[in-house]
Amino acid sequence: MVIGLGHYLTVAAVLFTLGVFGIFINRKNVIVILMSVELILLAVNINMVAFSTHLGDIVGQVFALLILTVAAAEAAIGLAILVVFFRNRGSIAVEDINSMRG
Amino acid sequence: MNPVLTIPDFAPVLPEIILAAGALVLVLFGAIRGERSGEGMNIIALALLAVAFVAVLMLPSTRVETMSGSFVVDGFAKFMKALTLIASAGGVILSMDYMRREGIYRFEYPILIVLSTIGMMMVISANDLIALYLGLELLSLSSYVIAAFDRDNVRSTEAGLKYFVLGALSSGMLLYGASLVYGFTGNVSFPAIAGILQGQVGVGAIVGIVFVAAGIAFKISAVPFHMWTPDVYEGSPTPVTAFFAAAPKMAGMAMATRVFIDAFPNIVGQWQQIIVFISIASMALGSFAAIGQRNIKRLMAYSSIGNVGYALIGLATGTVEGVQGVVVYMAIYLAMTLGAFAVILSMRRGNVMYENVEDLSGLARTHPVLAFCLAMMMFSLAGIPPLAGFFAKFAVFNAAINANLVALAIIGVVTSVVGAYYYLRIVKVMYFDEPAAAYDAQPVGVKLVLGLSSIFVVLFGIVPAPLVAAAGAAARSLF
Repeated sequence: MVIGLGHYLTVAAVLFTLGVFGIFINRKNVIVILMSVELILLAVNINMVAFSTHLGDIVGQVFALLILTVAAAEAAIGLAILVVFFRNRGSIAVEDINSMRG
Repeated sequence: MNPVLTIPDFAPVLPEIILAAGALVLVLFGAIRGERSGEGMNIIALALLAVAFVAVLMLPSTRVETMSGSFVVDGFAKFMKALTLIASAGGVILSMDYMRREGIYRFEYPILIVLSTIGMMMVISANDLIALYLGLELLSLSSYVIAAFDRDNVRSTEAGLKYFVLGALSSGMLLYGASLVYGFTGNVSFPAIAGILQGQVGVGAIVGIVFVAAGIAFKISAVPFHMWTPDVYEGSPTPVTAFFAAAPKMAGMAMATRVFIDAFPNIVGQWQQIIVFISIASMALGSFAAIGQRNIKRLMAYSSIGNVGYALIGLATGTVEGVQGVVVYMAIYLAMTLGAFAVILSMRRGNVMYENVEDLSGLARTHPVLAFCLAMMMFSLAGIPPLAGFFAKFAVFNAAINANLVALAIIGVVTSVVGAYYYLRIVKVMYFDEPAAAYDAQPVGVKLVLGLSSIFVVLFGIVPAPLVAAAGAAARSLF
């Protein structure tokens, strides 16, 4: 059996959906949200590389490398903000992110 | 022999290079001087923004592409970059006194503002999906940190965290859309995508466009992707809120315009419905949800959601006149927002900042000038002639009617009538309620911003021609 573009796109779509649901359905822990964000970016990277190979065009792989770099910076900043939040609130449970209501 | 590498033309990128080099110098300066770096950093950052502003004005108004076609400068980019730089400078000026008195001044603040400004300028000039994404991330990552800048305050850090989570999600959606657009067109550059996407477009590319639209809607806080806005605006330190309400909105609308007009110009029918829906939903939510708000920062958040909806009317038309409307609207919105936040930053007694609508009661008797300025801002936001806000709304509604989107224009007028209720309620509280104790004297920077924006808002109606003509030239450069 040949693994074609469609298979890759399906896997990426499933991962992307898992990531989005991980952010919205998760009621426990902010760390899980950070993991879901990484999952979304990973899904995009699979898409990019699959398309790049399929099209025979290198730009998609360059894009994927740049996404990896930015994802690392994003995770670092997210964790840093999470640490200051934990110091103030003493908790990283999603249900405790509630000091503003309107 | 073919050259392996040709050095690109750096002249069109000069403003960004100035800001980037300046930001690095500022980081070095701050790192060496540490806590002793003091407020000179703000002045240096303002000087940098001013130099970049001059450099932007000296750019050519004709379309120039550089960096292998990933970066474009045209009249539209020039105009929006100038607005963005003014907004960022406003963000720095408004913060100076506040940060010192709250004891949260750190040298990173002006640096982060400069970095996010570079991101905004890159987004405005991006001519392919990669440059768009990198600029957007530079803008967003700096913004997350600025939102959490009062790092010992629960609400500020919570605002930063919420902004981060939803911002990261929106970047992910934009990227997923970008990957589909790339895959189904085989290109990342906007002109090439525009060349391929015409006539009958496949479902893959359409899904990609929808995801890109969702990511952009997040960044400009348009409904249904607005849920982060009220919390982030309420929780962030007030000058940061002023910055968020002004600068990223300029870049976001410019990005939306650039993507839809430059990359998808031949399939207006496919994306027009999306923009029309987002626009109507934003206008409606912005007017109705703001009615019950007591916190002014939260109220301004809903107001900014509504204003994005009005600006999107211009984009929904997809015509030169519509884009001109967007540009005029954003310029006037900038003045109104900075002016309103300058008043909010004046509500201080001793060490306490007041943020509720009822804290404005009787302001007309304790601070008549301040009350008059805020009343002008509110009348202008409500769209009452002869103030600037009326001309902004007129420009977009007129474009919508000329593009046969009469229903959209009618809904816009109806929601702006609803929105007038909460703007006028603020005027009523200031002029007819019993006065509270007087507030402290205003700092110089806040006075400056308030004075300039009030003059602009009041006098725009007398000489609208220069701005409207410049906006028209900017809009024509996109088509």
